[in-house]
Amino acid sequence: MGKTLFEKIWDKHVVKTIEGGPSVFYIDKHFIHEVTSPQAFAGLNKRGIKAFRPDQVVATADHNVPTVDQHLPIKEELSRRQVEMLKKNCAEHGIEMYGLGHPYQGIVHVIGPELGITQPGMTIVCGDSHTSTHGAFGNIAFGIGTTEVEMVLTTQCLLQSKPLLMRINVDGALNKGVVSKDIVLYIISQLSASGATGYAVEFAGSAIRSLSMEARMTICNMSIEMGARCGMIAPDETTFNYIKGRKFAPQGEAWERAVAYWKTLYSDGDAKFDRELFIKAEDIEPMITYGTNPGMGIGITGRVPALKDIDEKEKASFQKSLQYMGLEAGSNLKGRKVDYVFIGSCTNSRIEDLRMVASFVKGKQKASDVEVWIVPGSKQVEAQAKQEGIDKIFEEAGFMLRQPGCSACLGMNEDKIPAGKYCISTSNRNFEGRQGQNARTFLASPLTAALAAITGEVGDVREYLGKQVEEGAFIEN
Amino acid sequence: MSKNINIIRSTSVPLNMENVDTDQIIPARFLKATSREGFGKNLFRDWKYNNNDEMNPKPDFILNNPTYSGRILVAAKNFGCGSSREHAAWAIKDAGFDVVVSSFFADIFKSNALNNFLLPVQVSEGFLKKIFEAVTQDPNTEIEVILEKQTITILSTHEQENFEINAYKKTCLLNGYDDIDYLLSLKKQIEEFETP
Repeated sequence: MGKTLFEKIWDKHVVKTIEGGPSVFYIDKHFIHEVTSPQAFAGLNKRGIKAFRPDQVVATADHNVPTVDQHLPIKEELSRRQVEMLKKNCAEHGIEMYGLGHPYQGIVHVIGPELGITQPGMTIVCGDSHTSTHGAFGNIAFGIGTTEVEMVLTTQCLLQSKPLLMRINVDGALNKGVVSKDIVLYIISQLSASGATGYAVEFAGSAIRSLSMEARMTICNMSIEMGARCGMIAPDETTFNYIKGRKFAPQGEAWERAVAYWKTLYSDGDAKFDRELFIKAEDIEPMITYGTNPGMGIGITGRVPALKDIDEKEKASFQKSLQYMGLEAGSNLKGRKVDYVFIGSCTNSRIEDLRMVASFVKGKQKASDVEVWIVPGSKQVEAQAKQEGIDKIFEEAGFMLRQPGCSACLGMNEDKIPAGKYCISTSNRNFEGRQGQNARTFLASPLTAALAAITGEVGDVREYLGKQVEEGAFIEN
Repeated sequence: MSKNINIIRSTSVPLNMENVDTDQIIPARFLKATSREGFGKNLFRDWKYNNNDEMNPKPDFILNNPTYSGRILVAAKNFGCGSSREHAAWAIKDAGFDVVVSSFFADIFKSNALNNFLLPVQVSEGFLKKIFEAVTQDPNTEIEVILEKQTITILSTHEQENFEINAYKKTCLLNGYDDIDYLLSLKKQIEEFETP
C-alpha cells in the first residue's frame, strides 16, 4: 500500500518506537524565541549540559519586542529581561540568534521560510503553536511546550505518537476577492475549533495547488486553530522556485539532489487517510469571525447564527462569546464599525500580504476614526516593502507602518487594542483578551481588513473590486 | 512539582465551558517570567477579576465560588486549545490541581500537562455530564482517579469509567520518570541515527 506525504517524512525520522508507547522522533530544525525558551535553557543549565546540536537551532526575538523605536532599549523591564536572556542563552550554547537590529530578525514563522531554512521533507518544531506554518513546504512542523523545547535542545528528539491522518481537498476556482485566509477560515468554520484535533492534515486539490507559497503558509499557519497537530502541502514547482537561491537553500549539486528527493514527497495514489474532506472553492466567500474562537466564522454576507440553531450544550459558550463581542445572535456584521485595523502576524505579514493591501488602498485615505497598524513580519519584508515603495502608499493612506514583531496578535508586547474596541485583524486568534484585555477581534483576510481601513466598517470586498479594475489597479488572488 | 501520581481523591471545581483556550488559562501578559513557578495566582486571571483588579472579583466565575474546591478541575470539550504555552499547565498545577477532566483535550496542552504531572483524564460526553450534575447537586461530591487502574469514579453514585493513557506515559507518571532522562539515555542511538 502507498504512503501519505506525512508517513514518508515520519518514517524517515523515527529513531525507535517504544513498545506500547510513543516513538523517539528526530527533529531537523528547531526555532526558538524569547518567551517559551528560558525555562528550557534553565533545565539544561541545571543538568550542566550544552545544546546537543546548536547548528540545527535558530533563535529570534518576536513576541515581546516593541514595533516602534527598535533601536532603543526595550522599555518594559520584564520584556527586556526575557530578550536579553535569550541572547545570553544563545551565546552560551552556540546558537545563532537574529535579535533586534539584525537584518534577519522577524516573526519566527516568517524568517524560517524567507531564509530558506524551512525545506520540504524536514521535521521542524518551535515552542509556538503556529509552527504549523512551515508545513506549507511539505514537512512535518508543529508547536511544542517548553519541556519539549528542553528535550529537543538536549537530544534533538521528542517522544511522539503518530497522529491520525486527514486530507482536505479544495478544488475549483476561487471567487474574486477570496484569498487563502478565507479558505482556511472557511475550513475551520466547517470543522470547528476542535475538528482536526488528533490529526495531521494535508491540504490538497487544485485550488491549493494554484496558491503562492505565502498563501499556502497562511493556510497551514491556521491548521492549529482547528486543533490539527500539523498542516502540510506537498511540495511542487511553486515550492522549489520559492526556496531556490535563498540564504540557506542548498546550492549547486546539493540543490539538484535535494529537488530530486523533494519530488518524491507526495501522497501516493493508493495512500490511506483516516478522514477525507472535499470542499468546492466556489462555495467560499470572503470570511469574517464573529465569536471568540476561530471556528466561529461566517461568510461576509452571512449572519451570526440564531440561538435556536446552536446545540443545547454549546449555548452557554455561544452566549458568553456574543456578550463579550457585543453582538446579537442572528445579526449580520456587514456595515459594523471598526476602531482598529491590524495587518500583521505570522498568518498575514509577508510581502505578498502587504502588496495585496497596497494595491487595494493605493491613492485612498483611511477612514478618519480608524487606527491602522501595518506590521511587517520581518526586517526583510520591511526592507522589500520600502524598496517597492509600498511604505509610501501606506503613508499617504494614513496607515502606520511599524517595525517587525508579533505585535497586536497576542496582547503581550506594547501593541494592544483597548478594552471594548473592535479590531479587524489578519491574525489567527479571536480569543477573549487575545489582542488586549476586553478587546474585540474580527478575523479576516488582508483584503477585507484593507477595505475596513478605508471605509471604517466591515464590508464585502467584492463590491469594490470591479471599481478597482476600472481604475487600473490590480488585485492578486 | 509533585511527582509519582497515582490515586487522587478529591472534590472538584466544575468549569462547564467548552473550548477553554490557553489565553484564558494564562493571559499572554503573564508569560514574561523566566522561571516555572508562581503562575497559579494568575490562573484564569481575566475571568476571575473585572478590569484586572484583584479587589473586584467576578462573582459568577466558578473559581471565585468558595462552594467549589479541590484538586480536580472539570471542564467541557476541547480544553486547552490555542497557544502551546506550557505556562497554562504550570498555572493549573501551581493553583493546586493534579487532574483535569474533560471530554476532549487539545493536543499540545495534553502533552504539556503530562510533562508536568498534571493528569488529563478524558471521559465520554455522557460521563462528563454525570460529573457536572453530581458536583452541581452536591459540591462535596468526591471524585476518585486511579491512574494505575485507569479509572475515574464519582464516589457518591459509584459510577465509573475507564480512561486511556499510553503505557509509557503511565509508567512515567507512576514512577516520577522524566522524558528528558530517558532521551538522554538514548544519546548513542540518536548519534547513530544521525550518521547516514
